[in-house]
Amino acid sequence: MLTKRIIACMDIADGRVKKGSKFKNLLDAGDPTQLGKLYSKKGVDELIFLDIMATVENRDTLFDLVRRVSKEINIPFAVGGGVKTIDDIRNLLNAGADKVSIGSAAITNPQFVNKATKEFGSQCIIISVDPKREGDSWKIYIKGGRERTDIDAIEFCKDMERRGAGELLVNSLDQDGTKGGYDIELLKAVGKATNLPVIASSGAGKKEDFLEAFVETNVSAALAASLFHFRELDIVNLKKYLANNNITVRL
Amino acid sequence: MITIINYNAGNMASVANALERLGFEYEITNDANKILSANKVIFPGQGRAKSAMDDLKAKGLDKIIKKIKQPFLGICLGMQLLLPYSQEDDTKCFGIIKGAVKRFPDDEKIPQIGWNDLKQTRKNSLLDGIKNETYVYFVNSYYIQTDDSNILATYKYGKITAAGIIKKNNFYGTQFHPEKSGEAGIKILENFLKL
Repeated sequence: MLTKRIIACMDIADGRVKKGSKFKNLLDAGDPTQLGKLYSKKGVDELIFLDIMATVENRDTLFDLVRRVSKEINIPFAVGGGVKTIDDIRNLLNAGADKVSIGSAAITNPQFVNKATKEFGSQCIIISVDPKREGDSWKIYIKGGRERTDIDAIEFCKDMERRGAGELLVNSLDQDGTKGGYDIELLKAVGKATNLPVIASSGAGKKEDFLEAFVETNVSAALAASLFHFRELDIVNLKKYLANNNITVRL
Repeated sequence: MITIINYNAGNMASVANALERLGFEYEITNDANKILSANKVIFPGQGRAKSAMDDLKAKGLDKIIKKIKQPFLGICLGMQLLLPYSQEDDTKCFGIIKGAVKRFPDDEKIPQIGWNDLKQTRKNSLLDGIKNETYVYFVNSYYIQTDDSNILATYKYGKITAAGIIKKNNFYGTQFHPEKSGEAGIKILENFLKL
């Protein structure tokens, strides 16, 4: 039986793992490769590296990092941040990434998603969305959550499925940084609207939050970042807790 | 020498990295003579059946692969291409192993992405040291149905039970990615390289 996945996400700047609130007060959380190896040993199912600077000057540092991670870690990993062109994707996959995560470019240029999935296959294309609630629905935000669009988040997810996306990474801007749990309403709505595997993101503060997401919604994976980096939650303990509560996980 | 077949649908980097970690020498190539004279051949694959077959034909590799007599390992799409036909883009494939490649039914989440357990149905040295129901990493929208006699291990996705590892003569195939399946995957690769 397919297990639910636990994903560790690392925000990368200048080749290091950073943690801060939206580009400000960035704290150093360590070396991405070392941290990735540690998580892999603890049984994390997948890793995501997000280039939070995503500037041209930083790109070579990112490729170096992807090559290093790919040499040393034998579990799947995705890379995102500033992915805009077919060449961006090709370079990341050639450097050893298994998947790429596309954010703003999927919103400003949806046709890019068709091209990307046709060229590389659905399996390696994750679409990352940042929805924020407005009344009974959610609007999509871009540029790291700083700019609102008029696009309905649920309709957008359906559109991405039609264009061939392989997975949806759903970051709730309402729950981001709160540690108050995943956005259950939003995840339910996305899960009902599409047939794609969904990765829950934003809001995890304790192991009960992961359980709630897996029990209350049909998400395939749950992601956390600083919770793991600063050892507030141990991945081994988290997975044992989920298994004891009848969630199928890889132990 | 171990050769990794080079074409447009491979995930060369991950497989090559895994071989490096295991300390085996390898060459990534589409040279027919090198492929036919290798000790072992690895045929990785991700992407779509049709464009992969088109590229293999253009490189003349479709005929070469059928002639291989050494241990051969097809991974994911590389395994599916061993069958006669894939529903994916209505594609005619090699037909080295009988059966069919079908799309998962629409009531399942497609693609299957993640860790699933292998139920071992037949003893084989490829699975030496691997416990039954070990988790390995899958990414697939299509699955293989073939005769039980060709199957070494199965996995279950929703209501479907499908071939996780197949073997016919010198041809082996894994639906999952051993190069991405942690320690268990590395062990399976090592077992293959030591056949």
